[in-house]
Amino acid sequence: MNHKNHRAAYNKILAKQNANSFFDELHSPFNKAMALKEADHCLYCYDAPCIQACPTSIDIPTFIHQIKTGNVMGAAHTILKENIMGGTCARACPTEVLCEQACVLNDDAGKPVEIGLLQRFATDHLMAKSVSHPFRRAARTGRTIAVIGAGPAGLSFAHRAAVLGHDIHIYEARDKAGGLNEYGLAAYKMADDFAAREVDFLLGIGGIEIFYGTSLEQDLSLPDLSLANLSLNNLQDKYDAIFIGVGLGGTNDLGLDGEAMSGIADAIDFIENLRQTDDLSRLDLGENIIVIGGGNTAIDAAIQAKKLGSPNVALVYRRGEDEMGATAFEVELARKNGISIHLWSKPIILHGKNSITAITFEHTAIKDGKLTGTGEAYILDCDMLLKAIGQKLAGTGLQDLATKDGKLVISENYQTSNKKIFAGGDCVLSGEDLTVQAVEDGKQAAIAMDIWLRDN
Amino acid sequence: MADLTCTIAGIKSINPFWLASAPPTDKYFNVVRAFKAGWAGVVWKTLGEDPPVINMSSRYGVHFNSARDVIGINNIELISDRPLEVNLQEIRQVREEWPDRVIIGSMMAPIDECAWKELAIKIAEAGVHGIELNLGCPHGMCERGMGSSIGQVPEMIEQTTRWVREAVDIPVFTKLTPNITNILWAAEAAKAGGAHAISLINTVNSVISVDLDAMAPTPTIDGKGSHGGYCGTAVKPIALHMVAEIARNPETRDIDISAIGGIENWRDAAEFISLGANGLQVCTAAMLYGFRIVDDMIAGLSNFMDEKGYKTLDDFRGLAIKNTVDWNELNMNFDTKAVINQDSCIECGRCHIACEDTSHQAITFDVAADGKRTFTVVDEDCVGCNLCAIICPVPDCIEMQPVKNNLPYLTWPEHPKNVMKDVD
Repeated sequence: MNHKNHRAAYNKILAKQNANSFFDELHSPFNKAMALKEADHCLYCYDAPCIQACPTSIDIPTFIHQIKTGNVMGAAHTILKENIMGGTCARACPTEVLCEQACVLNDDAGKPVEIGLLQRFATDHLMAKSVSHPFRRAARTGRTIAVIGAGPAGLSFAHRAAVLGHDIHIYEARDKAGGLNEYGLAAYKMADDFAAREVDFLLGIGGIEIFYGTSLEQDLSLPDLSLANLSLNNLQDKYDAIFIGVGLGGTNDLGLDGEAMSGIADAIDFIENLRQTDDLSRLDLGENIIVIGGGNTAIDAAIQAKKLGSPNVALVYRRGEDEMGATAFEVELARKNGISIHLWSKPIILHGKNSITAITFEHTAIKDGKLTGTGEAYILDCDMLLKAIGQKLAGTGLQDLATKDGKLVISENYQTSNKKIFAGGDCVLSGEDLTVQAVEDGKQAAIAMDIWLRDN
Repeated sequence: MADLTCTIAGIKSINPFWLASAPPTDKYFNVVRAFKAGWAGVVWKTLGEDPPVINMSSRYGVHFNSARDVIGINNIELISDRPLEVNLQEIRQVREEWPDRVIIGSMMAPIDECAWKELAIKIAEAGVHGIELNLGCPHGMCERGMGSSIGQVPEMIEQTTRWVREAVDIPVFTKLTPNITNILWAAEAAKAGGAHAISLINTVNSVISVDLDAMAPTPTIDGKGSHGGYCGTAVKPIALHMVAEIARNPETRDIDISAIGGIENWRDAAEFISLGANGLQVCTAAMLYGFRIVDDMIAGLSNFMDEKGYKTLDDFRGLAIKNTVDWNELNMNFDTKAVINQDSCIECGRCHIACEDTSHQAITFDVAADGKRTFTVVDEDCVGCNLCAIICPVPDCIEMQPVKNNLPYLTWPEHPKNVMKDVD
């Protein structure tokens, strides 16, 4: 089949489909029998290594034991009390390098307990069956906190702060909450509109109000006219404290001529477009797509492009497989989906006039401990280049706060250089581009801020 | 291949595996399937006087472990609910078609001499090899003065056994209930009555679970439940104990034993034989998996015997009896310590928390800078209780090693700290 027919055939399939209806889930959820069988593998370790490996310290052996005893609601509670986004983490966490890697059964039987799928079994059960929110708020403190950004860090912060009795106003630039859960994770990980359902669940705690379409210094529809504009200065006057969980809104460039040509986009924008569109057949999709980068965003973009019907999708990374940010499982998944992976290569020339047509890559090698070009080059046809070479702080409105390496500097109490302003998630120096780490940051920042507020 | 033939109460059997009196031996159809599968004999489901009983719908309850393996089931089923003559006709037919297999007729009757004798004679005339007295059924029939209501009174055990001995000239098996305080009283009574063999154990009385929605015991019959007979692998330890007590008791050690109680595989069978069983009866395992399980029972037992050099079942029958003693005959100077094989340890920490919380705080827990967890036995504090070795999920990782202390065999009656030592 030639490319034109190929595309036409796929567009018939994609017409009127959105990401939820089109993509099959990566992992099928456990049914009860599968969950009980898997739970039975768990040894109920004491002071278990999996707990240490979980950034949010979920008491994994206890929740699995609770699944075994039939107390699935209790299992969900055990998970959610440490990680209110346990549902997303059950779907999106790279468990193969976190809890499941620490499972003691890796040493003996060779196969760890499938903790992620068990966590999903429990949290899905609660979200489907629970008639009321599983947590209660402490007595109202009378304090009101502003949160910038309704991504995993901001939402996790807001939930914990609400539990502790504070009132929360979240300012969110977009028109949906969830951050990368909603806009950035691969559709096949977050099927069935889960990100939105989880936000609704989380807000069930009460005391949290979200103002959409509002961002620092670009306030489009400020809810409160007493705020002349949404700046940190104004927010400081109005609120008792502020939490910043804006993530990394900016993306890195290749630094090559011609980067403004059409056909070149950020992988993160490509994913956002495909997750938000009502009609996937109208999505821009090349026939020779090259994704540059080695992280999970690169893999997510490449696999989704392939699944949408692009005949040739290549992933190019400047170093070797061991150095990739993506886990071995993700890289293998890309290969299984027919992505060709080119390692030790960096782009040096973008070809094309108005639109990109090809890219020249130079082979790379480590020389004297530094990554350098070898001088050997090759060309790949390309009508769509997706860049996934890292993100950076968008910066707007945060100029007064100390940064390092382009990210916010925080103390061990999650305070920025301004004591009244706390921060966490991908936008801080310790951020790891992991939903579960952002959730932990939000939780711990809320606990730290609660203590700080008692003295201030 | 080892010789698995055996003789019990003078009856020759091609292997020691019989099906116990229960639903699997209820009629021609099942019994023929069992014989085709390789079972050497059956004890036909208990026969009573006509008119036959009527059974309940909803008869079994279950005790699962967390992996949904069946630990045991209980039942409230009564004896055969088919007319006596139908059963006897089918027994005659199977006897004719399967001449090398054993059929024992199980029976029960109220405590009335005529009833026992007339029924025993009818069953014997159908051509059975022997008669088994069901004195154990702990549900339903006991409320009518039969089953365990007889088996719990030694005088009645002796009386009914004697009646049947007087009525027929084939071997008599007296089947005992475990729902008593001392099995020896029942076994001695059976022997006094003239039993050729005793069969034990019948089911253990139980309420197997409570349905928390219905707030009623299971199995639940129209909103109510009753106590029933518990069987399956969970009751094996109770059966082993009772068989051992009879086998080592001077008054009963010479009576043949048809062992019953949680026998699921060849290993269970070998354990009962080592404690003196002459033959074995199985029910629950067949109900869980079908008659095919006898294949591995035969092959496994045979392989075990080949490995050990036992040519016949008699070569190892009762070998464990002499080592089954009263507590007062155990060596107080024996000392054993847990040894953790650090190479096979997977660092789960189960041994530590079990010992720390519930035993003798004898397993320390250290975490190295690289996260490696090490569990170490403190010999001075280890009392050799075995708990760590029991709960360790890795086979052979924790070994209990006897300490060579060169101390003499010393029993509690001889122990210097026993203040009753010199009291007669």
